Amino acid sequence: MQVSNNYNVPCSRPRHLALAVAVVAALGSVSAAADTTVTVLRVESSSAEKRYYDEVVAEFESQHPDINVEFEYLANEAYKTRLPTMLQSSQRPDIYYTWGGEGLRDQVDAGFVRDLTEPMRDGWQDIYPTSAVLAFTLDDRVYGAPLYATVVGIWANTALTEPAGVNVETIKTWEDFENAVVALREEGITPLVVGGQDGWPLHFYWGSLVTRLAGGEGIEAAKSGDNGGFNGEPFVRAGEMLQALVELDPFQSGFMATSYERASGMFGDGEAAFHVMGDWDYLPSKQRSASGEGVPDEDLRFIPFPTVAGGEGNEQSFGGMNGFAVTRDAPDEAVEFLRFLLNAENQRKAAATGIFVPVAEGSAEALETPYARRVAEILDESEFHQVFLDQALGTSVGATINDISGDLAQGVITPEEAAARIEEAWQFR
Amino acid sequence: MTTLDRTAVPRRGNADRVKKGLVSGKFTALLILLPPALILFSLFVILPLADAVYYSGFSWNGYGAPSDFVGTQNYQRLLDHSVFHTALWNTAKLILVSLLIQMPLALGLALLVYRKTPTNTLFRLVFFLPYILAEVAAGLIWSFVFDGDYGITSSLLHAMGQESVYVLADHQWAFPAIMTVIVWKYFGFHMMIYIAALQSVPKDLVEAAKLEGAKPRQVALFVQIPLIKHALVVSGFFAIIGSLQIFDIIIPMTNGGPSNSTHTIVTYLYSFGLSRLNIGFGSATAVVLFVLAIGIAFFYQRTTGKGSKA
Repeated sequence: MQVSNNYNVPCSRPRHLALAVAVVAALGSVSAAADTTVTVLRVESSSAEKRYYDEVVAEFESQHPDINVEFEYLANEAYKTRLPTMLQSSQRPDIYYTWGGEGLRDQVDAGFVRDLTEPMRDGWQDIYPTSAVLAFTLDDRVYGAPLYATVVGIWANTALTEPAGVNVETIKTWEDFENAVVALREEGITPLVVGGQDGWPLHFYWGSLVTRLAGGEGIEAAKSGDNGGFNGEPFVRAGEMLQALVELDPFQSGFMATSYERASGMFGDGEAAFHVMGDWDYLPSKQRSASGEGVPDEDLRFIPFPTVAGGEGNEQSFGGMNGFAVTRDAPDEAVEFLRFLLNAENQRKAAATGIFVPVAEGSAEALETPYARRVAEILDESEFHQVFLDQALGTSVGATINDISGDLAQGVITPEEAAARIEEAWQFR
Repeated sequence: MTTLDRTAVPRRGNADRVKKGLVSGKFTALLILLPPALILFSLFVILPLADAVYYSGFSWNGYGAPSDFVGTQNYQRLLDHSVFHTALWNTAKLILVSLLIQMPLALGLALLVYRKTPTNTLFRLVFFLPYILAEVAAGLIWSFVFDGDYGITSSLLHAMGQESVYVLADHQWAFPAIMTVIVWKYFGFHMMIYIAALQSVPKDLVEAAKLEGAKPRQVALFVQIPLIKHALVVSGFFAIIGSLQIFDIIIPMTNGGPSNSTHTIVTYLYSFGLSRLNIGFGSATAVVLFVLAIGIAFFYQRTTGKGSKA
């Protein structure tokens, strides 16, 4: 999936700290009698996040003079295409960034991933909510540890909703949401902006609806072919609901030619009242707006995805759960470093820096913006965190899900056909 | 010179030896030059091809060694896949548009600007400019042109009092828009081939035809075009091969969408094979593309080759 979390938070740390980091790093490399080198491969991220890793590494290396940690970065798409090759080569990183789900399962099945169940049980996993650990658990074995979570919800611009008489805070159910869309259209305001060209933003609608209707358990059941697999009732129903929404003409015109980046900028420019998107869009939507300011904070709200009458997953959340996995032949020091990187203290530091919403319990208090705290609340209240379907079901099925989401929104296939195509892709994966 | 002459005219007995030497020289040359070529060819063409054929028999996601042998199932799926049918048809449309619109356009323009004058140089440059542009850049630029909110096309429509059209989001118009861009992008290249050929047409033939009272159209039709037939054959070949390869204009413009309606074989191969990590399926697509390309190349050579002999 092509979500890049572009958090370009300006450096809020005093410069002397960076200097100290550099000095410590230099000392670390001077004492490069370092016996072991741990390499970490991460998808390209913001400079603020890189600084954070540098700090953590410096601290770790000062505590363990015989271990040398090196971070490497690859751009998002390059990372996805090169990782399979790298895992099979001698260039295999010791620790690598992962989105969990079926992609991780493929790597586990191919025998590239180290089983972390034992160290996790040994007090490590207690600092995370269960749902976070579950995202990296396959057949009761744990193959990764969580770094941060993202949540899909609805960004709302109250400056546009209020004139239409819509109170954002009262939108709880899908019906409320549809009523809001109708009210906004009547007022001549574009209700929703979506980056349809990219596929995955539309999958946020379908995927969120499926999560509400079937819940994580229902999706698991479909994977093993129970209740008609992906031809089952909730999957068809999600398509029907998406098409019923489309009947209300909710999106900006030409939404299939709009990329995610553009959509995010349009929301920032106040061209639509809502944007169904991940929490990470807070800064990007400001930066991509014409003014660079985006929707002013006093008008901006982030609300959970609406519930659905009778849905199994009304208490669940939908989004990303990203973390790190350790490769098979990696030294024990790699596990040690990962445990250090993802411990509660370092997660709190990450929260305080504002680079992402960490998962470790208690780190949310250090979050600065109300939106990030809202995300942490949603995660906290969630019974189960369903990972994006286009990731959780693997690359191939995921791409099909993105395709059918677009097709449904354009009305070129029926909900039944859409469900059948996913089931077919799942069979042939 | 004299010494040279003397050696160049050897005695009769030597002639056979020289001839033999030449033959064995050729043989040595073959022995020395063929293996590297053969090795390179095998390494970079035959081997990958054999690999692709091999992988196409497996359901394989690129991890570890392929183990899940599925026989011809990948091909079966490919031939049953409606998006692949669209991709094939789109590729065929591209070939037709290249041959029937792009080449005549390029030829017409070449006939207008082939003479060496300063204004013609300027025109040639202008027509050739799109070809210089990188494909991805061209695709991005045109995606702005076709943009329904800010694009030139929608401004024009607005000026005419029409609603804006989101060309690239429209099932009916997205692919014609792409074909327009491809014609725009490559006609300059074909025009240049024709200009070079037209400049080598003997001037006296053209003059003679004019003296006989032929109009410019007739000169072009009966003198110039028949004489640059070899250039037409070459540019036709480029047009077909180019159409089979079209990829980097479509990705930035539509990424194959809306609803997979603008895929060509190559973008299909990329989206459904590589980016979905269905390496076995992608290999099957690649094999089909290879067979198609070889088939078309042979067919083209046979038909045009026959023509040039006549």
